[in-house]
Amino acid sequence: MDLRKLKTLIELVESSGIAELEIEEGEERVRITRAVAPSPTSTVVLPATLPATAAAGIPVSALPAVPVSPVEAEGHQVKSPMVGTFYRAASPGAKPFVEVGDSVQVGDTLCIIEAMKLMNEIESDQAGIVKQVLVENGQPVEFGQPLVAIA
Amino acid sequence: MGSPWSLASRSSRSPELPPLRPPSSPIVAKNPNQLFGKILIANRGEIALRVQRACRELGIRTVVVHSEADREAKYVRLADESVCIGPPPSSASYLNVPAIIAAAEVTDAQAIHPGYGFLSENADFAEKVERSGFVFIGPRADTIRLMGDKVSAKAAMVKAGVPCVPGSEGALPDDPKEIVKIARAIGYPVIIKASGGGGGRGMRVVHTEAALVSAATLTRAEAQAAFGNPVVYMEKFLGNPRHIEIQVLADEHKNAVYLFERDCSMQRRHQKIIEEAPAPGLSARALTRIGERCADACRKIGYRGAGTFEFLYQDEEFFFIEMNTRIQVEHPVTELTTGLDLVAEQIRVAAGQKLAFRQRDIVRRGHAIECRINAEDPYTFVPSPGRITSYHAPGGPGVRVDSHVYHNYFVPPYYDSLIGKVITYGDTREQAIARMRIALSEMVVEGIKTNIPLHQELLLDEKFIRGGTSIHYLEEKLAKRKQVG
Repeated sequence: MDLRKLKTLIELVESSGIAELEIEEGEERVRITRAVAPSPTSTVVLPATLPATAAAGIPVSALPAVPVSPVEAEGHQVKSPMVGTFYRAASPGAKPFVEVGDSVQVGDTLCIIEAMKLMNEIESDQAGIVKQVLVENGQPVEFGQPLVAIA
Repeated sequence: MGSPWSLASRSSRSPELPPLRPPSSPIVAKNPNQLFGKILIANRGEIALRVQRACRELGIRTVVVHSEADREAKYVRLADESVCIGPPPSSASYLNVPAIIAAAEVTDAQAIHPGYGFLSENADFAEKVERSGFVFIGPRADTIRLMGDKVSAKAAMVKAGVPCVPGSEGALPDDPKEIVKIARAIGYPVIIKASGGGGGRGMRVVHTEAALVSAATLTRAEAQAAFGNPVVYMEKFLGNPRHIEIQVLADEHKNAVYLFERDCSMQRRHQKIIEEAPAPGLSARALTRIGERCADACRKIGYRGAGTFEFLYQDEEFFFIEMNTRIQVEHPVTELTTGLDLVAEQIRVAAGQKLAFRQRDIVRRGHAIECRINAEDPYTFVPSPGRITSYHAPGGPGVRVDSHVYHNYFVPPYYDSLIGKVITYGDTREQAIARMRIALSEMVVEGIKTNIPLHQELLLDEKFIRGGTSIHYLEEKLAKRKQVG
């Protein structure tokens, strides 16, 4: 298997949603794995001997396409501009400002961060759909901590 | 690459809401038998590590606040809890009062240690801390305010019987005729200083009457711009003084002691480079006299905690210049020669404990020298931030290293250049110097530049070895070298 073919296979794995691709070509076997991590990595395993044959029929055994869902939140993360306590609603018992699935515009209030007895409304800096609320109600947050994921 | 300490105990914040402290509630009830449960360290670098070490030894949990640039700091990783309070610039993080107090609230700290620099001598911060229900580890806000204003500080010292530099009685008036009169009474050269300044900032020396009035106007304008306070005062400019300071410690029960002196004359642009204790050639009687005056002044003004009275010493006389109401960088030389832990004493006093010793219990032994290691070019003094690619600290008998850096640590460009202090102790000054030479020859800091070569040169300097050099000595030496070089 020449390098150009390998390169094409690697690109194929990267561009599709495939998690793992294994190809046997005669004596050769290649397995390309896409790691579920921020940046996809490819590992190539080649047997010691490389018979120079371009086989016509290549049994391709590929795992069913696994949608690569990253561990971290998808989309744009709205980060905390301050230290304080995170609240989803204006007051206890009130309706939360946003729920997962809500559509938000730039400037819409997403949550409140309370510090030194002052309630600060945190506004969205992006329009889109709320994908995830990343902090539990009443939890302390630090500067730069992701609060809400919007896609 | 991160620090070698794992995030073992990551921010362990309780899931319940932290209790809100009403604005008028008194300070957390002090129980002198038990120190605090949790202290928030509002600083960075080597002093944050120093305070953390004292807390850990006393069984007190630590919360460390840090900017984004200090995430990988050693003391952040070793803290029980850490809170990121802002982006790298100091104004948005280490000087960000609401962020620091909010961090204390969400972590349920009981006390805040401000370290040195940053907000440690900010009376408004101390006040806000206490009004928010936390203990500020330091003096009361009004004491900080009194000593922060150099004119009122001097007046308080005159009243308390502490000798001061002869000068204008209080603030310099606007009338040029009055200014000339005052300068004539003092005698040239004189120095004009900003009341809101200190630490070498906001000062101008005047040698002749012709330059006097414009110098006063300029200094006033600079003071207004830098400190928001145009008040200036005048003092006699001493030609060849040494910088000798007295360490004091006072509790809330009217006990105050002096922990002898430190000689910090080796300075460049008012920044101390080498400090030592005791001050070479100082008579025990002169020291006892000035020490007792300082302890007495503490009792008179109701001082609380650790503090330092700074003096210029010339012709065997002491002249008060200012008081620092915080722990200082050079505190280790006092610790090594008295056997006391000054940071632990600060914490004890803040918790309401009585000083465990009287003046006569404090005995001084041996000699200690401290070299401040800065991340800078040793000859041009240009700062040198960056990654320390190779680090090896010295050791052995009588060698103490107070530093937060480690192998592969990235020295951030946003803060001062101090990366550590090497302190040596000996039975004699000669032994302390010898140990320092050996220690610095063993020390390895690669990837950035440091002033270790400058220290090594100074430790071989004839006049330094003899002792007693003035505060101008280093700059004169550097100027000579520039001419020759």
